Order: sequence, then C-alpha cells, then structure tokens
Amino acid sequence: MIETHNLRKSFKSRKGTVEAVAGVDLDVKKGEIFGFLGPNGAGKTTTLRMLSTLLPPTSGEATVAGYDLLHNAAKVRYEIGYVSQEGSSAPEVPGRSELVMQGRLYGMSRARAVQRAAELIDALELADCADRPTKTFSGGQKRRLDIGIGLMHLPQLLFLDEPTTGLDPQSRARMWDEVRKLQDTGTTVFLTTHYLEEADALCDRIAIIDHGKIVALGTPDELKRQVAGDVVVVGVDDAGERVLHLLRGQPFVREATSGDGLVRLYVDRGETAMPQILRVLDAEGIPLASLSLNRPSLDDVFLRQTGRSLRDAA
Amino acid sequence: MKMLRDTWLMFQRYLMVFLRNPAWVVIGVLQPVLYLVLFAPLLKSLTETPGFPSGGAYNVFVPGLLIQLGLFGASGVGFGLIAELRAGVIERFRVTPVSRFALLLGRALRDILTLVVQSLILLLLAIPFGLQPTVSGVFVMLGLVALIGLGMSSLAYAAALALKSEDSYAPLIFTLSLPLLLLSGVLLPLQLAPQWLQHIAQANPLSYAVTAARDVFNGHGADPDVFKGLAIMAALAVVGVMIGARRFSRAIA
Repeated sequence: MIETHNLRKSFKSRKGTVEAVAGVDLDVKKGEIFGFLGPNGAGKTTTLRMLSTLLPPTSGEATVAGYDLLHNAAKVRYEIGYVSQEGSSAPEVPGRSELVMQGRLYGMSRARAVQRAAELIDALELADCADRPTKTFSGGQKRRLDIGIGLMHLPQLLFLDEPTTGLDPQSRARMWDEVRKLQDTGTTVFLTTHYLEEADALCDRIAIIDHGKIVALGTPDELKRQVAGDVVVVGVDDAGERVLHLLRGQPFVREATSGDGLVRLYVDRGETAMPQILRVLDAEGIPLASLSLNRPSLDDVFLRQTGRSLRDAA
Repeated sequence: MKMLRDTWLMFQRYLMVFLRNPAWVVIGVLQPVLYLVLFAPLLKSLTETPGFPSGGAYNVFVPGLLIQLGLFGASGVGFGLIAELRAGVIERFRVTPVSRFALLLGRALRDILTLVVQSLILLLLAIPFGLQPTVSGVFVMLGLVALIGLGMSSLAYAAALALKSEDSYAPLIFTLSLPLLLLSGVLLPLQLAPQWLQHIAQANPLSYAVTAARDVFNGHGADPDVFKGLAIMAALAVVGVMIGARRFSRAIA
C-alpha cells in the first residue's frame, strides 16, 4: 500500500539546512494498521505530509496506493484520506455540510454525497450534532467528524496524524474503536502517535522514528523482544547515580539507565537478578524505596535505540 | 470541466459561509457611506476650482469611492483564508483532487459578488445626495469593480497563504493600500495635484480605473481612457489570478 525508498525532506532555514526526514524506507501492507511512533519533531508529520501529497519530497521514491507519488499525485489523491492534527472543518459550517462538500470534491453526485454523509453520521454517532456548526462540537465529536471527512470517498488508505492528541481518555478509547472498525472494512491505516500505549494497543506494526530516521521496525512484540529479558526497576530516591555505577558492573546486568530516582536494569532473568541486586544494595547500606519486575515496554525499545526515554523526548 | 464544477462548488461553499453572517455586507458598505456623508460635501465648494473635473461633486467622487470599496474590500479577504488555514480546511482541500485553480477562483467569485452587491447599495444610497448615474456608467463601473475584486483578492489570498498569520498580513495590507488609495485620486482628483505627484500616480494602476470610472459617469463613455482603465484592470486581474493560483497549487502538482 505504501512503499518508500530513501525518502528525504530537508528545509532551509536561516541557520542552514535542517534534514527533517533523513532517508525513510517503508513497506506498509494492505489492510494493516501501521504506526509511526516518535517524539515531537522526529519527522512523523513531515513524512505523513509527503505521503499524502501535501509536501514534495526533497529526494527519494514512494509508491502510495499503487501510484507513483512524485509523478502521479493526482491519482494518489483519489485513493487516500488524510486526517490532520489541526482538524479540518470550518467553525461556522455544519458538520453535515462539510461531509457532503468533501464527497462532492471527489466527484460524487449530490444525492450520493448526502447518502454517504448520512451513513457516516450514523456510524460515527454524530446524529445529535451533525446539523450544528462545528464550533459547537466537543473535542471528541470534532475528531470523529474529521475522520468522517477523511472517509467520505471510501479511501483504500487513511492517514491519521496524532488522532488522539488532546482527547480525554474516554474519547481516546472511542477513537481506538473507530480505527479498529476501519481495519474490519479492509481500509489500511497509517497513523502517527507519540503515545506508546496507543501504538501498542492499536498497531499491527510500528516504525520508531527519531531525528528523521527509522530506528526500529516491527510488530510491538517483535520490538519488545529486541530488548531481551526483563526490566527490573529499582527506586533509590537520590542515590540513583551511585546505584547505577554499582550495578552497571555486575555480570547479570546487560544494560542500565537511571533517572528520577529510578534505576532501570535490563537483565536476562528478573527472578534471579532481584536477590542479587538486593544483596549489593544491602552491602552498601543503600535504602530501597521500591523494586519492581517488568516486561519490556515500547519505551524500553525507544530508550535502547535512542538513549532517551520517549516521555522525556516528547 | 472539472475545474468549472469545482469552482462552482467552492463558490457555493463560500457564499453559504458568507450568508451565515450577512452583517458583513453592511459593515463593508459602512466605511464608504461615511465618506459619502461626511467627506463628499466638502468637495461641493471645490467644484469651481480650476482643474476639478466637470460633472458635480458626487458624479466625480462616487465613482472613485467605488474603486476604493473594491480595493479595501478585496484586500481584507485574506483574513478569512488565514482563519481557514489555521482550522486545517485548506490543507484538507489540498489532499483532495479538487482543482487548485478552483480553490482560488471559487473564493474570488464570491468576493466579486459581494463587491458588486455593495457597489449597488452604495450607488443607490448616493442618488439622494445628488449622484446622477447612467445605465452604461453603472455597467462599466461594476465591471471595473469586479476586475479590481478579482485581481486584488487573488493577490490578497497569495499574501495570506505566504504569511499565514494576521499579525504580518494586517500591517502589509494597511501599508500597501493607503498609498494605493492616496495615489489613485479617489479622495481629490489628481488634476489638482502638483506635477511630481501626478507622475508618481501614473505608476498606480488604480488611478487609471478611477479616471475611467469618472469619465464614464460624466458623459465621456467613449473616451480612450475608459478602455485604457478597463484594459489595465483586466491585466491586473490576470496577473493577480496567476500569482494567486500559483500559491494555491504549491503542493505536488
């Protein structure tokens, strides 16, 4: 559905050239939910804007929905839907009018557009507000309308830029349901997010992007397996640096990082490592605030690939 | 064909948006009406001054006032576009296969329609003061206003797309529209101006529109200046549309 080779985009600024996307290779399959995970400024939105014909790439090649992006953007546009972060509806226009307008722009007859708009209003549960100006919509309603606008022409591929940023937890869960429903209808979804939970819960495959480059690619489980073993988190209040130093040299610790009074230790087997950790701390007389054993999360993957926590980077 | 259909769709959309707030038609006419009521009477005593065009104060002033309406009305249209950019509407349209030309033209046609309606209101309001319009004069006048509307609103859209923020757009249009107005002879005929000022005014395309508008209202409808004014405004419209359309199509073609 999407294939890119060495896709790049650089912007010229006063300070020189900034490479926002530094050679991205992707292969998104039909029918999958593909997630682009990374901190703000990593190049997610720039990549998305290139793939959705909004921004010409500086170099590289891409095929989107069966057409060459660089030479046949007009054809690509008929096959894709795009839901931007900023929203897409005019405040003073009623939701239903926006949907009908969108359908008409893809060449639908008025009758067909009205019918399709009614279907979407029904499916997205917008019946209560559809005929009011969109400025009266709640955040969740507005985002659902945006998705409706993106789906009016039944695209094969839908781009969602940060679909749940700024939504409350309930609306977010609701949005996840809508995205899963899309998959059931055979629509391919390409979304960006800086929420680990979102990528983990929703996506079939994830590419982690940092500084314009893909640093890891795979299913959430594959990515987590790259961080082999378990993660032991030791809470030691203000002795973090000292504990890090002490434990880093231990043979059972593969990698260790610290921050906010927590030391994260990557170990092969948590249950054998934990007594040894306790023994080291006890011998040094360092009091223990907390101790937990975790399976690796996507944050651990990010941390391992970039040396930073996604939460700090975002 | 697709371009025409898309233009029609865009025109309908923006007309609908506009009609949800019809007060703007009146607000747009308010400023010229103030000139009509509070400024034009000052000219009455000047009509005897050597060099003041013949035809009476209102037949001289109102045609220029309509040109001013066109200039100010069209240069403010970028504010709406900036609001739409911020709401993500323009980006949404650019992802669709809609004709890029229609994105500009649909809006500009709405602006032209608004200006023509406002011009007619102003002409009607000016009659009790002493304006004596002719049918041909009104048609040529509306043609001039429409061409200015098309050219200037296209340029205003291009500027709005380039600047993307009211904070830089507002100073730009105020800085540019004031000299355009002063050098057009709208307020006082340029015949009264010293030579050097008349020379500078020749570089202002709007001064030709004002001359043409005055000629056609005062029995010189067949004067070459009328055709010159129309031709220069048509050229302005073509250039404006080309620049505006280029800006609207700056995604991958």
